[in-house]
Amino acid sequence: MTRPDLIVIGAGPAGMAGATMAAQQGMSVLVLDEQPAPGGQIFRNLGASSTQQRQMLGPDYTAGQMLLDGLAAAPLTLISGAVVWDVDQERTVTYSKDGKAYRVKANYLLLSTGAMERPVPLPGWTLPGVMTAGAAQILMKTSGLLAKDAVLAGSGPLLYLVAVQMLRAGTPPKALVETQTPANYRAVLHHAGGALRGWKALAKGARMLRELRRASAPRYTAARDLAITGDTAASGLRFTAKGQVHHLECATVLLHQGVVPNTQITRALRLDHQWHAGQRCFHPVLSPWGQSSHSQIYVAGDGAAIAGAKAAEHAGQCAAADILRCAGRITAAQRDTLAASAKRNLAGEQALRPFLDALYAPPAAILRPPDAVTVCRCEEVSAGDIRAYARLGCKGPSQTKAFGRAGMGPCQGRTCGLTVTEVLAQATGLSPQDTGYFKIRAPLKPVTLGEVAALHSPAPQQPEGQDP
Amino acid sequence: MFERIGHSATAQVRFTFNGETVIGNAGDSLAAALLAAGHKVFRDTPTTAAPRGPFCMMGSCFDCLVVVDGETVQACQTPAQVGLVVTSPPVPRAQP
Amino acid sequence: METEFAIIGGGIVGLSLAYGLLRRGKTVCVLDEGDGAFRASRGNFGLVWVQSKGLHQPAYAQWTRASARAYRGFSDEIKTISGSPLNLQQDGGYIIHMSEDSLDADRKLYEGLRSRLGGDYPFEVMGHNALKTEEPNIGPKVAGALYCKEDGHVNPLRLLRGLTVAVRHLGGTLRTGHKVTDITPQGAEFSITAEDAAPITAKKVVLAAGLGAMSLGPKLGFKAPIRPQQGQIIITEKLPKLMNRPNVEVRQVDEGGIQIGASSAEVGLNDREDVATIAGLAAHAVDMFPKLARAKMLRSWAALRIMSPDGLPIYQRSARHPGAYFVTCHSGITLAAAHAGVLGDWLTDAAEQPDVSAFGEDRFDV
Ligand SMILES: Cc1cc2nc3c(=O)[nH]c(=O)nc-3n(C[C@H](O)[C@H](O)[C@H](O)COP(=O)(O)OP(=O)(O)OC[C@H]3O[C@@H](n4cnc5c(N)ncnc54)[C@H](O)[C@@H]3O)c2cc1C
Ligand SMILES: Cc1cc2nc3c(=O)[nH]c(=O)nc-3n(C[C@H](O)[C@H](O)[C@H](O)COP(=O)(O)OP(=O)(O)OC[C@H]3O[C@@H](n4cnc5c(N)ncnc54)[C@H](O)[C@@H]3O)c2cc1C
Ligand code: FES
Repeated sequence: MTRPDLIVIGAGPAGMAGATMAAQQGMSVLVLDEQPAPGGQIFRNLGASSTQQRQMLGPDYTAGQMLLDGLAAAPLTLISGAVVWDVDQERTVTYSKDGKAYRVKANYLLLSTGAMERPVPLPGWTLPGVMTAGAAQILMKTSGLLAKDAVLAGSGPLLYLVAVQMLRAGTPPKALVETQTPANYRAVLHHAGGALRGWKALAKGARMLRELRRASAPRYTAARDLAITGDTAASGLRFTAKGQVHHLECATVLLHQGVVPNTQITRALRLDHQWHAGQRCFHPVLSPWGQSSHSQIYVAGDGAAIAGAKAAEHAGQCAAADILRCAGRITAAQRDTLAASAKRNLAGEQALRPFLDALYAPPAAILRPPDAVTVCRCEEVSAGDIRAYARLGCKGPSQTKAFGRAGMGPCQGRTCGLTVTEVLAQATGLSPQDTGYFKIRAPLKPVTLGEVAALHSPAPQQPEGQDP
Repeated sequence: MFERIGHSATAQVRFTFNGETVIGNAGDSLAAALLAAGHKVFRDTPTTAAPRGPFCMMGSCFDCLVVVDGETVQACQTPAQVGLVVTSPPVPRAQP
Repeated sequence: METEFAIIGGGIVGLSLAYGLLRRGKTVCVLDEGDGAFRASRGNFGLVWVQSKGLHQPAYAQWTRASARAYRGFSDEIKTISGSPLNLQQDGGYIIHMSEDSLDADRKLYEGLRSRLGGDYPFEVMGHNALKTEEPNIGPKVAGALYCKEDGHVNPLRLLRGLTVAVRHLGGTLRTGHKVTDITPQGAEFSITAEDAAPITAKKVVLAAGLGAMSLGPKLGFKAPIRPQQGQIIITEKLPKLMNRPNVEVRQVDEGGIQIGASSAEVGLNDREDVATIAGLAAHAVDMFPKLARAKMLRSWAALRIMSPDGLPIYQRSARHPGAYFVTCHSGITLAAAHAGVLGDWLTDAAEQPDVSAFGEDRFDV
């Protein structure tokens, strides 16, 4: 392939829909995704899933088949198993596949790298046996593996979804421990806009809860002071609910507090970002069409702001339509027609969000954990360490990184980034926006020096289309 | 504890983890196969030698690191393959 | 607020000076910017390095060696005060050469310096085999190395944190997050204005603001002929011991990672790393230590050196405003012990002072 017009990074709903539209309209498109097959988080492994898996994962999962089919039929190049580890201002993308690094440049980029689960720093969360709810779901999707006697703890629609999927598979959770409080329910009453759809979502949640209740999975609400017990592995979950301390014995604890945008690439590019007070995370600043502060770089899907899989699909199409306009292939009026229904549906999905954000808002103790809790899992830095660095004069995450290594490990700050910002902001009195975020640098994922060295050519040459 | 819903038709892959034989299913990641075989602890951290196992399964936390063929990889992002020799990463040296 | 000494810049240089002045019983206020500032002090290579320094200026070679000699005591002091070691290792270091020619050319330069210093300049030439017995992991392409027993390395981030703790512990004031915008001489004193902060009055002011001195220097009568020079560095995952001693381009840090660097480029105030440069660094590192080919690169970064025209430090007292001093250098880690030590005698007009005449700004006048 010679230099493509558009490189799409991430083949979830946003990337699949955007790439398909751009290719159908005549652009040469290269799609890069880290997973073995397209689908993203929600439709992970859908193409290779068994009937049993499809049954337990339900209709929301199988609904992705249309996107997969669209992508397969579109005239584009998809490279799965491609880990993108650098993207620069000139829109050169560097990725590795099967131990070899490649560089490829395009006129336009669509970044659709999705979300990751919000970190859930609480005592004991680094112990083996503690995983995220999403992790348990991935094991179901890819390997048909079911967590037995697991306790699900936290908040958010995905928590219920995973609980119900486990139930349908015949291994209901041992208990559901929810951190939502009555205050969350009161807060949603203020969100008149989108409330109707919100209540629908809530009704869906309620249906799931009924399903769980019938399976007699014990449920605790307004739980606080969550802590995992155990020495070398999780042995239980302790928490307080209704004024009573509970301890549930279990070897697997599945935590969840919603998802947040994966901003590694947009940060590495130093695009403008903004703090989202409702979702308590940063997101890139975008035009209504998904154009970032770099005019040839677009962002769509949950990597732009959390709005769910449907919204991601529509946002991917909107971005593709505007890229076509920007490239001079269609007029603004043609773009508006092309993306009319996507734009309308996107607005509808987005209207629902403030409602869900308020309903499932993470508790303060998770956002800004007590001193003893580990914040940076890689370098084992605690919230108390971060506060101590603030007292020494650190105003932002780059300084605390230098003082205590939080964010310097292999995950490149993915897991501790938001917590460090929140804890620092609380300690200095600055806003999260003014506190800022880690500077993200290459590689976005570790690569061997051998792979990197192989890119070295004594006389530097311009990157072209991707070689094989 | 993890249990597999029966798709017995799937081909099996055999590899070793720290010298012990592990049998997984074709299509498993190393992490999935190890979890299914009852391995919870994949490594000890280089900083305090604390035990760790997979946390996110989607490639973002890096807690599932193992060594395959001299290279540190994410077990959740690496397909299980016949004959792989998988070990826990060495704990470099004591910290002062 | 009033203070005897105001130090503009809370990097390694400013903090080292502050520490030395506090040890002399002075009142000190250090003023520093926020999180986004350019900071060589958190992006450097961590060498406490002697060989090849001052090959054309013996005074610099001796100044460097004096700092290296004072380092152990300095590092122990910071450890005692801050409670955390700097992990200093001063057991010699290498400059690896990939060709006999370059090794030989450098040997001649070192010999030249040695004779100018009356024979007092320790170094050894090591061929491939000699080096291989010390560093078994070197590759076949390595021709040899120049070894100097006075070379070493330190954890520069622990140094930065340790100095910060020590300065506070000794009663220094450290005001961070407020960029100094103006310094006005008022009679024998200075009034210092910073963003969002009350002004400060100081009897003496030391400009140690790294690249910030480019704009602040002229206000105090300094030429401040410095420029940014970009350097990129790679760090790998933590590994078991792979090398025993630091080399000027690759070293194993105290936590276990292998640090590789640094490049140099004249690109202005640009601290973005780029894959082409990183690939070059990686290729060279793998040539030196082939086992590194399998090591995972975790991170790379670019930082800006503060370069004078000849690469040597600048120590200048203002002719126009004698209470103002300008201190900058591009080896602030190595010179930290000198800055915390004898340079304080110069700043305080002590009876006995180091001779820093070789490092004045007037050397650039033509
Ligand atoms: C673990 C998890 C499970 C979820 N499960 C559900 C669910 O069951 N139902 C639901 O409604 N929502 C689920 N979500 C929410 C999900 O974010 C959205 O539903 C939807 O998948 C978002 O679509 P997207 O296209 O924005 O991104 P995603 O679907 O997340 O797709 C992003 C893609 O980008 C790829 N990628 C990321 N970084 C790189 C890189 N550096 N190089 C190469 N490729 C990269 C990823 O591999 C992924 O395939 C889940 C989220 C997570 C984190
Ligand atoms: C890639 C690289 C590798 C290096 N390797 C080594 C090495 O191995 N050994 C060695 O000895 N040296 C090395 N150095 C050099 C060393 O890092 C520097 O000499 C040293 O850090 C300089 O310290 P500094 O305090 O002068 O500057 P900086 O660390 O840049 O600090 C300047 C400070 O001044 C503050 N400031 C600036 N303007 C203002 C203002 N207007 N108001 C308030 N505050 C202000 C900033 O906030 C900043 O904290 C290296 C440098 C680089 C870039
Ligand atoms: S389990 Fe998180 S990266 Fe593998």
